[in-house]
Amino acid sequence: MAQVFHRSANTIARASIIGVVVVVSVLLWAALEIQRSPYATYQNVAQAQPVPFSHQHHVGGDGIDCRYCHTSVESSGFAGIPPTKTCMNCHSQIWTNAPMLEPVRESYRTGESLIWTRVNDLPDFVYFDHSIHINKGVGCASCHGPVDKMPLTYAANSLQMEWCLNCHRAPEKFLRPRDQVFNMRYEQPSSDNPVKLADGSVFTDQIALGNELKHRYNIRSTEDITSCSTCHR
Amino acid sequence: MQQGPEENTVLMDVPWPEEPPVLGPGQTFGSMTDTIADAVLTRPIGLGWLAGLAIGMGLVAILMAAVTYLFLIGVGIWGINIPIGWGFAIINFVWWIGIGHAGTLISAILLLLKQTWRNSINRFAEAMTLFAVACAGMFPLLHMGRPWLAYWMFPYPSSMGVWPQFRSPLVWDVFAVSTYATISAVFWYVGLVPDFATMREKASHPLTKKVYGMLGLGWRGSARHWKRYEALYILLAGIATPLVLSVHTVVSFDFAISIVPGWHTTIFPPYFVAGAIYSGFAMVLVLAIPIRHYYHLESMITMRHLQNAAKIMLATGLIVAYGYFFEAFMAFYSGSTYERFMMQNRWFGPYAVFYWTLILFNLVIPQVLWAPKIRANTRWLFLISLVILVGMWLERFIIIVTSLSRDFLPSSWGHYVATRWDYAVFFGTIGFFTAAIFIFIRIMPAISIFEMRTLLPEAEVKAK
Repeated sequence: MAQVFHRSANTIARASIIGVVVVVSVLLWAALEIQRSPYATYQNVAQAQPVPFSHQHHVGGDGIDCRYCHTSVESSGFAGIPPTKTCMNCHSQIWTNAPMLEPVRESYRTGESLIWTRVNDLPDFVYFDHSIHINKGVGCASCHGPVDKMPLTYAANSLQMEWCLNCHRAPEKFLRPRDQVFNMRYEQPSSDNPVKLADGSVFTDQIALGNELKHRYNIRSTEDITSCSTCHR
Repeated sequence: MQQGPEENTVLMDVPWPEEPPVLGPGQTFGSMTDTIADAVLTRPIGLGWLAGLAIGMGLVAILMAAVTYLFLIGVGIWGINIPIGWGFAIINFVWWIGIGHAGTLISAILLLLKQTWRNSINRFAEAMTLFAVACAGMFPLLHMGRPWLAYWMFPYPSSMGVWPQFRSPLVWDVFAVSTYATISAVFWYVGLVPDFATMREKASHPLTKKVYGMLGLGWRGSARHWKRYEALYILLAGIATPLVLSVHTVVSFDFAISIVPGWHTTIFPPYFVAGAIYSGFAMVLVLAIPIRHYYHLESMITMRHLQNAAKIMLATGLIVAYGYFFEAFMAFYSGSTYERFMMQNRWFGPYAVFYWTLILFNLVIPQVLWAPKIRANTRWLFLISLVILVGMWLERFIIIVTSLSRDFLPSSWGHYVATRWDYAVFFGTIGFFTAAIFIFIRIMPAISIFEMRTLLPEAEVKAK
């Protein structure tokens, strides 16, 4: 009687043993990679806005402080989106006829707000408060990246939970003195670039500085700030 | 008369006096192979089989509708609400997973103990295990609220930067049940390989030949094949054996680890395992009795098998009875107000009728199995098995619902009533199970051909 299968079936059968393992592993790996990629997170993807507002120009070029527009960042959970009046403080005097700014002027005339596209958007099941981070020495740039170099604003980080926990599990790696929080050009201490606190103490090492600030700013224990209900209330 | 096997007997069955044999008379290697294989290959599809499958598939359709509605609306369509957050989903989960345990006990433990009477019932008992675990596995997923996120239960390097809570028995459940499903599937398939090869040889249609040939993995039945096969099979039995005890132990931890009155007790693991085997053997009989009748397999699934299963039910039923007794005794002996109230509530509370039905079904009625005449009557065995299956379902209902509905604070008491969607999903899984069994007996040898051949006197190996 003829064989049911050709001899090559043996090779196919053996290859499929390894093949299944490889294919399944690659698929799982690819799924995890895609989920962390800008395709899913929009990290580093600049968003179109009603007016092509440039942080690079206003912060890096003109040297406007973050709080000039984001007024409630030190005292409220929400940093605040400036009203059109804030724009018009300057733009009623300069670039008054620039076509690019027509939507701003129209908003000012009609009282209808500009609808900005949100760039850093946390899910609604996450409780986040700007003021506590500002007051405990987390720099704007630590989360928002080099905003002073962004012609169009993009999210500098993934905002995925592992990224949040990266700091909550070891805040000493990122803390800076409170008076440096809004400094976009701040650099972490090193032997070439020591950081001096208001009381005169000098640090050349970030971990030493971070641990000191953790103590001074009464930052709660890692257990507390990584507990589920800290962010998922 | 020689009682028990001779020293040099390897697999020969030696029954006790007046005990029916494990294999009917007049069988040969060829007749056995033909009987089992022809049920799949040449037997025409009967009306009875079609009707059974149609009923099963009809219930599966209801299951699909119920699950679709559940996904659209959420678990609010069920009767669950705080304080009774578990309800039918967990009752059915525990019930189904328990039923699977008999299959593993038969295939693994009885193999290691060289119980030859397992050989004709292990195949469909293992299939029963697989399908029961599939039904069981649906419930925690459906109960989750957001079943599409079920993979969160597995430890993988997620972008959330956290692992599952390994101190939670619910995570242990995931490991226990997925291990159980994997080992059961592998054990079942490995057992089928030589039989698939037999089917490949006996099939006439080229496509059938190809399909069985692929499933048979090129099995030729050489001495080398058999040597490796036996080693693997015993190894798998060794791996599966602890699962018989561990899986339901872990399931019982879902309850025992908590502090709810009636759950927080150390007797739960052994009592759950015994209950699992109890209901599992009841399901084995519910399947075996019709299968042997309609497929004329009385000489392979003999009265010996049914009687042995009945004896195991009697024994495990007594362990379960011991559990019921000690639940009541410890409620009294602990002196804890809440434990005592829990027991009073079971006896006289709103669910008392279910409690006493459970005692009647699980404790009182099965005692008739002491009578050899009842054990020799397939109708009685079938009925008692059904009664035990209902009783074991009620046991899980009582454990979950009475304890959750009235715990420490009377202000937070509640009452649980299942909705039509609860019933739709439950009967839907019964339909799924039925349909799967019906399909299984038509496409695979429902009895292990090669293991049955070893029961013949010709297969006996005598030590020199």
